[in-house]
Amino acid sequence: MSAGESTYVPKTGFTRWLDSRLPIMRFAHDTMLTYPTPKNLNIWYTFGGILAVMLVSQIVTGIVLAMHYVANDKLAFDSVENIMRDVNYGWLLRYAHANGASMFFLAVYVHIFRGLYYGSYKAPREVLWILGVIIYVLMIATAFLGYVLPWGQMSFWAATVITNLFSSIDQIVPHLGTAISTWLWGGFAVGDPTLNRFFSLHYLLPFVIFAVVALHIWALHVPGNNNPLGIDVKGPQDTVPFHPYYTIKDGFYLVLFFILFAALVFYAPNFVGDVENYQPANPLVTPPEIVPEWYLLPFYAMLRSIPQKLIGVIVLFGALATLAFTPWLDTSKVRSMRFRPMIRPFFWLLVADCILLGYLGANRPDATWNLGGIEIALVWPARLGTLYYYAYFWLLLPLIGILETPKPLPDSIAKPVLAAAE
Amino acid sequence: MRISLPLGLALAALVSTGVLAAESGPGVALPPKSDVSFSFEGPFGTYDRAALQRGFQVYKEVCSACHSLNRVAFHALADEGGPGFTEAQAKAIAASYKIPAGPNDKGETTDANGNPLTRPGILADHFPPPFPNDEAARTANNGALPPDLSIIEKARNGGAHYVYSILTGFGQKPPAGFKVLDGKYYNPYFPGWNISMPPPLNANSVTYSDGTKATVEQEAHDVVTFLAWAGEPKMEERKRLGFGVMLFLMAFAGVLYLAYRKMWADQH
Repeated sequence: MSAGESTYVPKTGFTRWLDSRLPIMRFAHDTMLTYPTPKNLNIWYTFGGILAVMLVSQIVTGIVLAMHYVANDKLAFDSVENIMRDVNYGWLLRYAHANGASMFFLAVYVHIFRGLYYGSYKAPREVLWILGVIIYVLMIATAFLGYVLPWGQMSFWAATVITNLFSSIDQIVPHLGTAISTWLWGGFAVGDPTLNRFFSLHYLLPFVIFAVVALHIWALHVPGNNNPLGIDVKGPQDTVPFHPYYTIKDGFYLVLFFILFAALVFYAPNFVGDVENYQPANPLVTPPEIVPEWYLLPFYAMLRSIPQKLIGVIVLFGALATLAFTPWLDTSKVRSMRFRPMIRPFFWLLVADCILLGYLGANRPDATWNLGGIEIALVWPARLGTLYYYAYFWLLLPLIGILETPKPLPDSIAKPVLAAAE
Repeated sequence: MRISLPLGLALAALVSTGVLAAESGPGVALPPKSDVSFSFEGPFGTYDRAALQRGFQVYKEVCSACHSLNRVAFHALADEGGPGFTEAQAKAIAASYKIPAGPNDKGETTDANGNPLTRPGILADHFPPPFPNDEAARTANNGALPPDLSIIEKARNGGAHYVYSILTGFGQKPPAGFKVLDGKYYNPYFPGWNISMPPPLNANSVTYSDGTKATVEQEAHDVVTFLAWAGEPKMEERKRLGFGVMLFLMAFAGVLYLAYRKMWADQH
């Protein structure tokens, strides 16, 4: 572990005996209690802990739901309704799981943008960042697989649209894409075999996420936390032990987060859902609009903004892959954007861009904006938004890092903290 | 993190001016009626028991001729947060329905007259559908399939207000030039305006035992309340538990905030 020697002292005969055989208590003590943490972490740094709690919440509710759910194309929809009606607190489990996915993504987006703003991806935290990108991609896969399970109209058609993306490979190698789609489906269309394997994988992936989260936290504890100033910890005066300082702070913000979570679950449980998914899957009837859940809408806007399907798919996956390259695209030596006046407005433009893309993803690409008498098809802002997303990472980050004159950095974390108090 | 003011303003301007062109024209459904309210709306709303019982009567005597209620069990009629029938009443209601019961212990699926074997319903049974299969339903309904009503209000944008608007949206004169198709009915709240369902409710379609005047609006309001419950039978339990959870979380947040400030007092 990072920074300093272990201060763990086993107090009982048993823990002394255990410590010389499996020092698990020492490990827990060093990583969860005494772990030296920069004392200037703000609210945006509490989302990592929130994410860990959401992962456990999703796994626990998911395991109980799986006890009652039936992965069969004739029974799945009814089994979900049965959970809502006749399973004790089944409605609570299902609403907590479905809305929990949304809260999970809300937290991960804050977490990712926080990392982008404070330069948490830069050396020596590149591996930590890439593990995070892997977790995010696994989350997307898990959420997509889970969304298919209730076997409503949107479940079925989302599965159809997404698995059909692979058939675009036909444009490079004829028949290969179709062969892959058929292999994924376990048939010639989305059907019962598809539902079964999606359920199996939906149960598997959260545990893979759990393992990668363990690596993510390990990779965090080697260099230690980044912080809003983006400067290195100079000594013990810059840090506080994780417990009790950050357990109490994270705990407080976690409870605030759960107030929002509970408001959704208990008072607007279907707010983020699509009404179409309360209709049983029907392969013969296409819904008027096929849209993913809100957290995937920006990617959907990118996909639909490009007329050529294969290129659209490449742009979609490229947007995710881009994140993994960020540590090497940003040429600035300064981590925190507090000291980077030139890039900062472009960062906020990226945030606005992702929100705009999300909005565009929810609307038909042939819908129009009426800007003072001029009709603009939404596909155009979507193209512009997609272009900006790529430009931010591949053009602005490398270029501005060279052009920009950063503001002077403070000497240490302790100094500005003291200065603010005076 | 600081967001720059000009950027924030630019974003707000973009959102406010970039209004989507509002769709209108022949066949585009009107927005659901908003001048009606229901007892179950809002964070403290509950189902009006009398409306649920009247609404059940409307479903049973009118809607159930064509529409199934597959996912609702008879026992739910006596469950907490529901229409408030006693268990004996729910049993009697269940027993008034015939449930398919073949084959018997001799392996027969029909009685001596060739009719399928049935038995009286029990609390664990669900409402039996009016038609044996979708094809039979379509044949009896001019090719249209009457949807199951169990979760109809959760499966439609506009929910209760949409269903209420459909039920009370008949009998208007279609605009000049709009053609109502053969065997269809004009209803401006339905996408396409041509609906296959004939106007289901008339004044005095049912006779309420509590003396309530059975206007079309009253019947629609009652059955919409009943269908809201059918789709979300645990709503009252959900809101009640949610109130306690919110109260606890807020109090807990307050305690944690004080502990957090005290803990960090020496660090600031």
